[in-house]
Amino acid sequence: MRRSRAFGAVALVALVAVLVFLTLPIVAIFANTSPGHLIDGLDDPVARDALWLSLKTTALALLIIVVIGTPAAYLLATRDFPGRAVVQTLIELPLVLPPAAAGIGLLAALGPNGILGGALDDAGIQLVLQTAGVVVALVFVASPFYLRQAESAFGAVPSSLVEASRTLGVGEVGTFLRVSIPSARPGLLAGAALAWGRALGEFGATLMFAGSFQGITQTVPLAIYDRFSQDFAGALALSAILVCVSFVLLLSVKLVTGRGALGAAAR
Amino acid sequence: MTRRLTVLALVALVVAGCGSGSDDDPGDSSGPLVVSAASSLQKAFTDYATRWGGGNVRFSFAGSDELAAQIQQGVKPDVFASANTKLPDELHSKDLVEKPTVFAGNRLVLAVPAKSDKVGSLEDVERPGVRVAIGSETVPIGSYTLGVLGRLPQAERAKIMANVRSKEPDVKGIVGKLTQGAVDAGFVYITDVKAANGALEAIELPESLKPSAAYGVAVVKGAKHPDAARRFISGLIRGGGRRALLAAGFEPPPQ
Repeated sequence: MRRSRAFGAVALVALVAVLVFLTLPIVAIFANTSPGHLIDGLDDPVARDALWLSLKTTALALLIIVVIGTPAAYLLATRDFPGRAVVQTLIELPLVLPPAAAGIGLLAALGPNGILGGALDDAGIQLVLQTAGVVVALVFVASPFYLRQAESAFGAVPSSLVEASRTLGVGEVGTFLRVSIPSARPGLLAGAALAWGRALGEFGATLMFAGSFQGITQTVPLAIYDRFSQDFAGALALSAILVCVSFVLLLSVKLVTGRGALGAAAR
Repeated sequence: MTRRLTVLALVALVVAGCGSGSDDDPGDSSGPLVVSAASSLQKAFTDYATRWGGGNVRFSFAGSDELAAQIQQGVKPDVFASANTKLPDELHSKDLVEKPTVFAGNRLVLAVPAKSDKVGSLEDVERPGVRVAIGSETVPIGSYTLGVLGRLPQAERAKIMANVRSKEPDVKGIVGKLTQGAVDAGFVYITDVKAANGALEAIELPESLKPSAAYGVAVVKGAKHPDAARRFISGLIRGGGRRALLAAGFEPPPQ
């Protein structure tokens, strides 16, 4: 008994260490930012433009990720085909890619001198230094977070449920929409929250691919970096705002999925 | 099983403890000379360091303003070399560095991709549809650019500023956007054009715009190697540092 208590103590120390290490920088952001400073931070047009642009581009990126990623993840989770492991690994690759490498890769692929640059130009599509380029960068770095979660969520849907639905004569599309998606909903929402959080914090790929210009491509992380040197207090205030937005986002998803699970249990 | 886990966890803790303990072990006077320097000095300083006989040098290259902000936050390199004189002067007035010295000059130019002939003069940059990258006003390259463009007549300056598509946080960003064809023109130092190995061409700006910039360097107060820092700086004024600076395209300090 005493031995397991010792282990418990060690584990507790580890947990405290983890908590202190992970929360200290965030505590420092708020310790150095008075509520008045937070409001002042929002009063600045550069900050407001950055915040609005961040919300706009991340929401659009998330929409693209969910609309295209959901059926793709469903296919990966429910079908076995040769090379499936390779496909899964390829999809996860952006997770381990440094953002700078992602930016370079996007430039080399979709930039004016890139592989598809000429074709995009002919089609009249401009991405580099445009808001659309920010969305492209966000989708690239954030989609693996959603795809991974969605795939495991679909994988965990009991096949008996799916089979029952099919036996009752519901088509594959109907089953996907009315059985698989509702059952996988908590996992899908968690994946979407992670992807959104990653997109909100995106810095390197955006800077390299889309540049930095107020109201067009300067998202909150870029505005924070731009302020860092001249206005440390302003950079802290903007960081605090980003932390608040991300916190509310993660928490609301936790609450929604929690309630969803409870509701499903009650039914 | 539980006991084995306990032992493992304890071993992990002890190892972690040792790791952090040995970090601050070495004596204060040993270890490399730490130099925080503006990104634009990278090539010249790296060349200088390989020939410098004063021991190991470790560099931290970044935007001057970023390095100055680090020093304000308590980071203590031995030497701070800035792409302007304003930042070292400011740090000196706050008693964070010793008296700064001007050690080199650089020149703002209009840079264009070598492969492109869309822009051949400063007037071309005023045409609608020309895409321009400049440094953010928060970094020296950006404030120099704004200062130089500020000496143009208002109408010409407004046309150029209307073509700006990106305000980059350092010179590397501007050069990258130029070499990737994302923009048609950018304002950088002449040394950045030289360092791009033929990918960029420089278009000189008129003398009336006063495109020259002075670089300042200072020993950081509380530096671990103040003597080596002073030797490093004097080599920049006369010696290997001066030669490396001139080879990279820098000019002697403006008088």
